[in-house]
Amino acid sequence: MYTQGLDSLGKDCLRDEAQVGGALERRFQAHIDAEDKIEPKDWMPDAYRRTLVRQISQHAHSEIVGMLPEGNWITRAPSLLRKAILIAKVQDEGGHGAYLYSATETLGVSRDELVGQLLEGKAKYSSIFNYPTPTWADVGAIGWLVDGAAIMNQIPLCRCSYGPYARAMVRICKEESFHQRQGYDIMLRLSRGTPAQKDMAQQALNRWWWPSLMMFGPPDADSKHGVQSMRWKIKRFTNDELRQKFVDFTVPQAEFLGIRVPDPQLSWDPAAGHYRHGPIDWNEFEQVLKGNGPCNRERLEARRRAHEEGRWVRDAAVAWAAKRAGSAAPRAALTLLRRNHERRYA
Amino acid sequence: MSNTAQRPDAGAPQSAHCRYVLRLADTSLILAQRLGEWVGHAPAIEEDLGLANISLDLLGQARMLLAYAGELERRGRSEDDLAYLREESEYFNVTLVEQPNGDFGQTIVRQFLVDAWLHELHEHLQQSKDARLAEIAARSLKETRYHLRFSAGWMIRLGDGTAASHGRVQAALERLWPFTNELFASDEVDREMAGAGIGPAPAALQAAWSARVAAVLAEATIVMPQAASFPWFGRQGRHSEHLGYVLAEMQSLHRAHPGASW
Repeated sequence: MYTQGLDSLGKDCLRDEAQVGGALERRFQAHIDAEDKIEPKDWMPDAYRRTLVRQISQHAHSEIVGMLPEGNWITRAPSLLRKAILIAKVQDEGGHGAYLYSATETLGVSRDELVGQLLEGKAKYSSIFNYPTPTWADVGAIGWLVDGAAIMNQIPLCRCSYGPYARAMVRICKEESFHQRQGYDIMLRLSRGTPAQKDMAQQALNRWWWPSLMMFGPPDADSKHGVQSMRWKIKRFTNDELRQKFVDFTVPQAEFLGIRVPDPQLSWDPAAGHYRHGPIDWNEFEQVLKGNGPCNRERLEARRRAHEEGRWVRDAAVAWAAKRAGSAAPRAALTLLRRNHERRYA
Repeated sequence: MSNTAQRPDAGAPQSAHCRYVLRLADTSLILAQRLGEWVGHAPAIEEDLGLANISLDLLGQARMLLAYAGELERRGRSEDDLAYLREESEYFNVTLVEQPNGDFGQTIVRQFLVDAWLHELHEHLQQSKDARLAEIAARSLKETRYHLRFSAGWMIRLGDGTAASHGRVQAALERLWPFTNELFASDEVDREMAGAGIGPAPAALQAAWSARVAAVLAEATIVMPQAASFPWFGRQGRHSEHLGYVLAEMQSLHRAHPGASW
């Protein structure tokens, strides 16, 4: 359906873009400024489209890669209830991935193409998932901190100017908020448990605190895409604003757990009404981003292996669909069916 | 967690009724555990979600059944005590579900054979004189119908897909077929339960199961293997080599922190 939509972008696109480009762009920005939603069939600047594809696909990849560190504990979850919650949570992340890939398809880029970029190592995903989950407490810390940080980032996206992305985010944020609570609940139980459990919780906070702060991206002064994204209302708050909000929100939660935030310089600034944190090691962030984090290779290998080992399955699904379409089916219908299945299973 | 968990031999021996419910519970639990291994690694996102969903349903069934078995046992053991603190020989799942995932094809074959069996079993158990079991079966049946649709659909796609997929599914079926004998074999527990109107005689499920399996295999262009000779005895606590590893993994964290609450 979306391909049809994109094939007929309206009269605007049939005219010489150079002549009307300025007018279109002004009209586009006026829509944005009026808080109207941009929909797939609307004219949009190429750069807006590219920015959205980059951002939404990175988000989708992050959901899919993010299944791995937590999935690591499904088979060893310490109670059946925790196991059930964890399976449901990791399944949600997969659902978010599928949902977001669909959002990119409304911008004219297929899931196959984007997944191909991920597997070739050309696409980025959230660096946080390149850290390992050596203990059960890491599952709690991911829910509490990583999903907590994700919510800070994502709530404003529910008001993003691009309609399909904004609507996807409404649903995703609801689920993420549940994920955050379950993570905190794991941490709470551990912190009220045996000394070994409490230590496990502290160690996990030590591991995840700084990477979580890095999730908001580089400081505003160094942010490459910030200004234009704010103008387009893809972004609503700067990286530093969101990071500050997260710190203010999270420090009292750590205090309630009775575990220590691993930052000797952390202090309360009563005048500003904010917690002030120590310097972030941006060198570590850059290294993980470049592929030199603790699990970058492992994560990509796991995705590639799943893709390679699943190839025969997807091939079979496509072959079967073609057979079912039968030789009498019109050629066009057959091609369409095949393409649908390729899209789904390739 | 409870005191009795540390002394599993406390109290009277398990009744046939308790043993019967444990067989059902363990079958669902071990299959859920196996499917959980797939999460994040399936051939496509949709299949990842599908396998996770089935795992979650089976885990839900296992929890209801384990809680009930704990009550019937009267030793104060919770669902977690039963799941995490029993040894291999105290597990009573059918041997088929503990078999390794193998490739996606082998997972699907295992799932299909079990789903087709659980479908018949839950149909019968809905009529059980044990109201609790009948209720659990009625809820489970709704889920099992979806599972069967998923696994039968993939049996057909893979069987009648490419030459390569056909070969893999045929081989997986030959490999797993010997474990299907056990689904229809009766022992004293089954006879006692059938006599009391609590569970069907296992053999009573075979005709419908065979018919369904045959129909799907025909559409999948897969040849049904010869009847297998070895009768496995997982339901009596005598397992293949695989269950020990499944339990070692599943129970490791729980057992490392005796008495801890999670």
